[in-house]
Amino acid sequence: MNKMKLSITGDKVFKNTTMLFAFFVFALVFLMAYEMVRGSELSLRHFGWKFLTTTTWDPVADEYGALPFIFGTLASSLLALVIALPLSIGVAIFLSELAPRWLERPVSFLVELLAAIPSIVYGLWGIFVLVPWLRNSVEPGLIKSFGYLPLFKGVPYGFGMLAAGIILAIMIIPIISSISRDVLQAIPKTQREAALALGATKWESTKIVLADGKSGLLGATLLGLGRAVGETMAVTMVIGNRSEISASLLDPGHSMASVIANEFAEATTDMYTSSLIEIALILFAVTIILNVIARLIVWSMTKKFKTT
Amino acid sequence: MKFTKICMSLVMVVVLFGTTLAQMKLNGAGATFPYVIYSKWFDVYSKQHGVEFNYQSIGSGGGIKQVTEGTVDFGATDAAMTDAQLASVKDKQGSDVLHIPTVMGAVVITYNLPAAGKDLKLTSNVLAKIYLGQITRWNDNEITSINKGKNLPDQAIIVAHRSDGSGTTNIFTDYLKKVSKTWAINIGMGASVNWPVGLGGKGNEGVAGLVKQSEGAIGYVELAYAVKNGLSYASMQNKEGNFIEPTFESVSAAAAGAAKNMPADLRVSITDASGKDSYPISGFTWLLIYKNMKDKSKAKEIAGFLTWAMGEGQGFAKDLYYAPLPKEVVKMCEKKIATIVTE
Repeated sequence: MNKMKLSITGDKVFKNTTMLFAFFVFALVFLMAYEMVRGSELSLRHFGWKFLTTTTWDPVADEYGALPFIFGTLASSLLALVIALPLSIGVAIFLSELAPRWLERPVSFLVELLAAIPSIVYGLWGIFVLVPWLRNSVEPGLIKSFGYLPLFKGVPYGFGMLAAGIILAIMIIPIISSISRDVLQAIPKTQREAALALGATKWESTKIVLADGKSGLLGATLLGLGRAVGETMAVTMVIGNRSEISASLLDPGHSMASVIANEFAEATTDMYTSSLIEIALILFAVTIILNVIARLIVWSMTKKFKTT
Repeated sequence: MKFTKICMSLVMVVVLFGTTLAQMKLNGAGATFPYVIYSKWFDVYSKQHGVEFNYQSIGSGGGIKQVTEGTVDFGATDAAMTDAQLASVKDKQGSDVLHIPTVMGAVVITYNLPAAGKDLKLTSNVLAKIYLGQITRWNDNEITSINKGKNLPDQAIIVAHRSDGSGTTNIFTDYLKKVSKTWAINIGMGASVNWPVGLGGKGNEGVAGLVKQSEGAIGYVELAYAVKNGLSYASMQNKEGNFIEPTFESVSAAAAGAAKNMPADLRVSITDASGKDSYPISGFTWLLIYKNMKDKSKAKEIAGFLTWAMGEGQGFAKDLYYAPLPKEVVKMCEKKIATIVTE
């Protein structure tokens, strides 16, 4: 009797302690948001919504507008997604549907290894390999053949939005492809077997699997996008760091994360610091929104499979 | 057995306490530019005098912030504090802040133009126009007319600048502000500014990387960085009309030129200095010292260290690629150090 009571109180203590740990996470997120709102109060009050829509970033005149950075972050991330998505889905399909066992394991391992490379290494590779290649081989060709499009107008600097997009694409491919692979593998074998039993080809059965996993794949994509949005070092090393909005992929741009990393240490006036913190707040909001959407989608998909 | 263990740990606690009491620790934070020579100084001085230093090179802006908040014993900066910042420290910490120049640096104009070879010549006017985006090609008349005998190609100029906030940018824009009215009105000076043209690179290495990799590029980096990495750099025309190559001598000459009209608080910009041998884009770096520190024993140590830095310390400068202070300035600094309240 006594022993049982003891084990029940033990369970209670255990439950409550772990719950406390879990609440720490909530507390952390809220504290972070609170601190950022508090830190950016000055600029929130002074610039209001204008902060999101103006393009001047002038520390000398103490005038700040975040639009070029918001644009740069979104544009470079979307570009990365356009490049990375088809590749990653291809990798995932191959690994989950087609690859023989002996090949699947090492390829999966290598893909996950790519995710572990520090971003500064990607950045250095970008400066020394990617940028010269873009400047000397790719961009002159693009200008020559597609220069009439606003997307490919300009001077071949090498540094710019295109370089940032490619670097980010390489960085998010491992994330999107490994999560997509897990999603596809989670789809019951019976789906494939049923399709094959009805005389479907491998391609047709894969299409069915993809349709089933659609929302999960979308979730994987959004997680990759979230990573691209927050990436700092690799982007700042190749994007050209110019706070300008340009339609051309060849022109330099800037991003929210890189302006914070670049300028925070030397931000001397209160308004300057406050504006940088407000950019952090915007970035925080964007990442949270993306992650929430991703979670919701993945969650709705797993629920669907549990009920059927 | 137990007893001896307790005794031993007690002894250890006493010993540990004793050492922390005997060895004073001075905390500082600020500029990254003088970090190399400061670490050398702190190392040598602490071996000689048993004072421990802890210096964090977080950037000039950070140094000023920490001095204002009173979280450090001294600060360091490449850009002199403004009157408003000084007032804010006085308000919060109840002490004036002294600016003590320690060594000097310069900003050099590096370029990548194989056709031009070495020693390209630039005037203040041309440099400002390039950074304003008004001169865009290397064979512009204004460049070719000062570089006779050089065959400058019809090539676009790719402008590179720092993307991070930096004392180097502060000196560079201070110079452009002095020599160009258009720059003064539209851009101004600061650790980071709203650049009209160009690509941004993070740190000296970022700008040097941009320049090295792009033919036709021009950028600005610290003299020490350029010398260490063997970059080619331009001669600048100074106030007297001479084209001066940036060297430790020409930087010291600029300080000597400026020493004649040095303000009492030593907060002086020596860009565009007079003197026929002065390199025009030079600047001091300062230590920020509380004039009236609460902890007088610390104040005494700091004053002692500064006196040493003005004498023996200056000897380390050249080997570490900094320009030493000219004698006139050292004298002024010593007078200033004597005003630190140590009792």
